[in-house]
Amino acid sequence: MKVLVPVKRVIDYNVKARVKADGSGVDLDNVKMAMNPFDEIAVEEAVRLKEAGSVSEVVAVSCGVAACQETLRAALALGADRAVLVNTDVELQPLAVAKLLKALCDRELPSLVICGKQAIDDDSNQTGQMLAALLDCGQATFASKVKLEGGSAMVTREVDGGLETLSLELPAVITTDLRLNEPRYATLPNIMKAKKKPIDTLTPAELGVDVAPRLKTLKVVEPPTRQAGEIVPDIATLVSRLKNQAKVI
Amino acid sequence: MSILVIAEHDNRTLKGATLNTITAAAAIGADIHVLVAGSGCSAVAEAVSSINGVIRVLLADAPHLDALLAEDLAKLVTQLAGGYSHVLAPATAFGKNFLPRVAALLDVAQISDVVAVESANTFVRPIYAGNALATVSSDDPVKVLSVRATAFEGAVGGGGSAPITPITAPAGFARTRCVSRELATSERPELAGAKVIVSGGRGLGSKENYDAVLEPLADALGAALGASRAAVDAGFAPNDYQVGQTGKIVAPQLYVAVGISGAIQHLAGMKDSKVIVAINKDPEAPIFQVADYGVVGDLFTLVPELVSNLK
Repeated sequence: MKVLVPVKRVIDYNVKARVKADGSGVDLDNVKMAMNPFDEIAVEEAVRLKEAGSVSEVVAVSCGVAACQETLRAALALGADRAVLVNTDVELQPLAVAKLLKALCDRELPSLVICGKQAIDDDSNQTGQMLAALLDCGQATFASKVKLEGGSAMVTREVDGGLETLSLELPAVITTDLRLNEPRYATLPNIMKAKKKPIDTLTPAELGVDVAPRLKTLKVVEPPTRQAGEIVPDIATLVSRLKNQAKVI
Repeated sequence: MSILVIAEHDNRTLKGATLNTITAAAAIGADIHVLVAGSGCSAVAEAVSSINGVIRVLLADAPHLDALLAEDLAKLVTQLAGGYSHVLAPATAFGKNFLPRVAALLDVAQISDVVAVESANTFVRPIYAGNALATVSSDDPVKVLSVRATAFEGAVGGGGSAPITPITAPAGFARTRCVSRELATSERPELAGAKVIVSGGRGLGSKENYDAVLEPLADALGAALGASRAAVDAGFAPNDYQVGQTGKIVAPQLYVAVGISGAIQHLAGMKDSKVIVAINKDPEAPIFQVADYGVVGDLFTLVPELVSNLK
């Protein structure tokens, strides 16, 4: 059984995004990039399923510029078996990525796709759900536990107020939440091994997908900043400020 | 130009975020219809019918919509969407789950987490954990928007009496089944819509301390409880307490951050709160840069003192 794991190259989790002075976007020049953290969790989950014997092959996919190969190498170092880069310089929006992944699923026929629930750059939280719709298959978003049994997946999801468990017939799409697992660190031998694993390159045209952006970004600005307030000396002063100045209690 | 809002509810009561979504819809246009889909949910439809600004309620009431799977709701909404210029849902776990499926089936983009409406096709949304605000426009025939509830006031109920039209839902998606649900029952207000939130971080040290220190404060303030990612990861609080970029986005009147250092991902989830109070022993903690009032010191003595001062 094959699992497909899409991975996105994004700004590193620890880097604070800076808006470009001309308002055209966020400055990514000379900024540290890394695999989207939720996608790392997705790779880890797929690799664990393989280690548990329920999955035979883990294929990592990335869509975007040539530098996404680094992200794919990272996925291979975590334990993916091979990788596919869908190479384009066009700005990819979630619907376009979902269509590329759909076209790839038609070729690869995976039983399961495990995606990160959201990318920490555009914070859209769309691609997995869109892919499930295009594949006309079941979905379990925000997964905190995944169990494969025969032809189905039992997935516990994080919902507002608690947990929900779904049984999905495969093929299906799962999106990962933070607490599904804690991704391993790639070891040096695995990083070396990853260099020898194959990465195929395709283009959107070869997959027959129109990736032209649907949304136009008119401007990007810094949000209004909050001013630091007052450090009060004690609790009595705090309570008095909240009552008499802020009037919130 | 009609706008379809998808109501979030639990078959008995309407969730508050729907009211904020209706206000966002009203900023786009006046002809607002609300879909209530579920099983045995006619009381919800009645409640929606009285909300000011709603001119029609569509009620899809069927046993197979009980768990309201994304697969089923998306199919239903897609069938209806042709008659609308905009489809809106709250950007909650509920809305995030099904709405992108609708957009994909309609072959249109979705605009997530809308915080402002500039015109019928131009919207503002946060990106990069709220460190940037993007203004985006869409030429798609149907605009599919998820709405950040904290950015809009809640629509008020009571004045309207919109007609309720029953509609038939398409057959259920047979390949996904809801096996179980474990929802915590709490006397406290719902985190997402709470007026006051008491939130705890790593500084609390343990689940026992989280409960023992924060619960009396939450009781004294009538507050909901929240937590930082560090506290949830460490098991001090349940997963759905997490406030931040990838958890709940909140904007209460008063947010009390206890033992939370203030990582950017956490700030992304609470920096629109009206008043922020931080209690932390580290005077350099980033949380103090956004707090209106800060107290530097040991939370284990300061919080009980705060509780007794509030009484």
